[in-house]
Amino acid sequence: MSLLATVAAQVAETSSGSTGEQVLFWIIAPLAVIGALGLVTSRKAVHGALFLAVTMVGLAILYIALEAPFLGVVQIVVYTGAIMMLFLFVIMLVGVDASDSRVETIRGQRAAAAVAVVGVVILLASVAGRAALPDPAGTADAAPEGNVYGIADLLFGRYVWAFEVVAAVLITAAVGAMVLTHRERISRRLSQRELAEKRFREGDPRQAAGLPPPGVYARHNAVDTPALLPDGTPAESSVSQVLVARGATRPPEEFAADIDQIGGDAGIDEAGPTSDDAPPGGEPPGSDARGVAGPSGPASAGTDEDAGDNDQPGSGDGGAAR
Amino acid sequence: MNPTSYLVLATLLFTIGAAGVLLRRNALVAFMSVELMLNAANLAFVTFARMHGNLDGQIVAFFVMVIAAAEVVVGLAIIVMIFRTRRSASVDDASLLKL
Repeated sequence: MSLLATVAAQVAETSSGSTGEQVLFWIIAPLAVIGALGLVTSRKAVHGALFLAVTMVGLAILYIALEAPFLGVVQIVVYTGAIMMLFLFVIMLVGVDASDSRVETIRGQRAAAAVAVVGVVILLASVAGRAALPDPAGTADAAPEGNVYGIADLLFGRYVWAFEVVAAVLITAAVGAMVLTHRERISRRLSQRELAEKRFREGDPRQAAGLPPPGVYARHNAVDTPALLPDGTPAESSVSQVLVARGATRPPEEFAADIDQIGGDAGIDEAGPTSDDAPPGGEPPGSDARGVAGPSGPASAGTDEDAGDNDQPGSGDGGAAR
Repeated sequence: MNPTSYLVLATLLFTIGAAGVLLRRNALVAFMSVELMLNAANLAFVTFARMHGNLDGQIVAFFVMVIAAAEVVVGLAIIVMIFRTRRSASVDDASLLKL
């Protein structure tokens, strides 16, 4: 904070000569305007949010140049840090691809809006330009001990009542958001036991113990890689359906071809040094025999099958290397 | 530096935000445009605080930020709720009350 204060003081000193602040302004102001225009014109909401973040950071820098370092920091922390992240969260929730349709629903609305906007710009800018505004007095006299001390004096002195009311508003907003997004549960919540029984009665009993996770028995554990069943075939159900719908996974048959090729190479490599670790001849029949009752087995798995499952990863690796 | 250039910048940002509210159909973008308008008003407040040589403008800008945060919380909750029921974030689709 003291660093910012010294920066603000330096900027204020140079602002008497006014060149430093002018350079800063003419760098930041176009960026802020570009960010604002980007927000309005960008087709996707995510891009608009990022453009708006640029504008807000630019405004924070201008606040610091305007002898308000506290507001500059609050602008970055609250606006770009909290509010824009909240926006991004909601954009991700609503859907990143929710882009606007460019169809005019009211005829002539766009032209009318453009005319109105240009009119307002001309009106306000001409008022601001024609007003005989004095040179800034600077806040050094109002806050002799520094900006933060001056703001704290006012906030907890003259404006303490407004401060308390704002606290009430914030709590009301938080409660309101919870009430708005609360969903009433219509049916009774199923217990874990009922869920398990339902899964056995209605679902595929082979998947009753859960789907195989991706990458198990496979060459690597990336989520887009299907698990290998002990007989060497990839398990399509082990990859998330979201990834499949996005087309982010490789098709299983291509993957299977890849596995065979890798396995061939690895079999040559491993056959030399450690023949007892992964015997290429003896392993495949065992893993094939296991393949029927392996991962598809846990629904009917007895105790002796569990012992077999403990052996499974080793033979599974052999199957992958086959 | 004379406050005029800051005020013109604030004017530009405010009108661009107003244009966004008028032109965009996506509720989230319209909402972000409202935030842009609030920020432009804040810039004018801070500029005038410096021109007059007191801190009251900065205090007002601070309160505007707090109220904007509260508004964002409630507004985004409403948008999420509308999206949940209508599967759309467009302001044109929320027209059930229209005759």
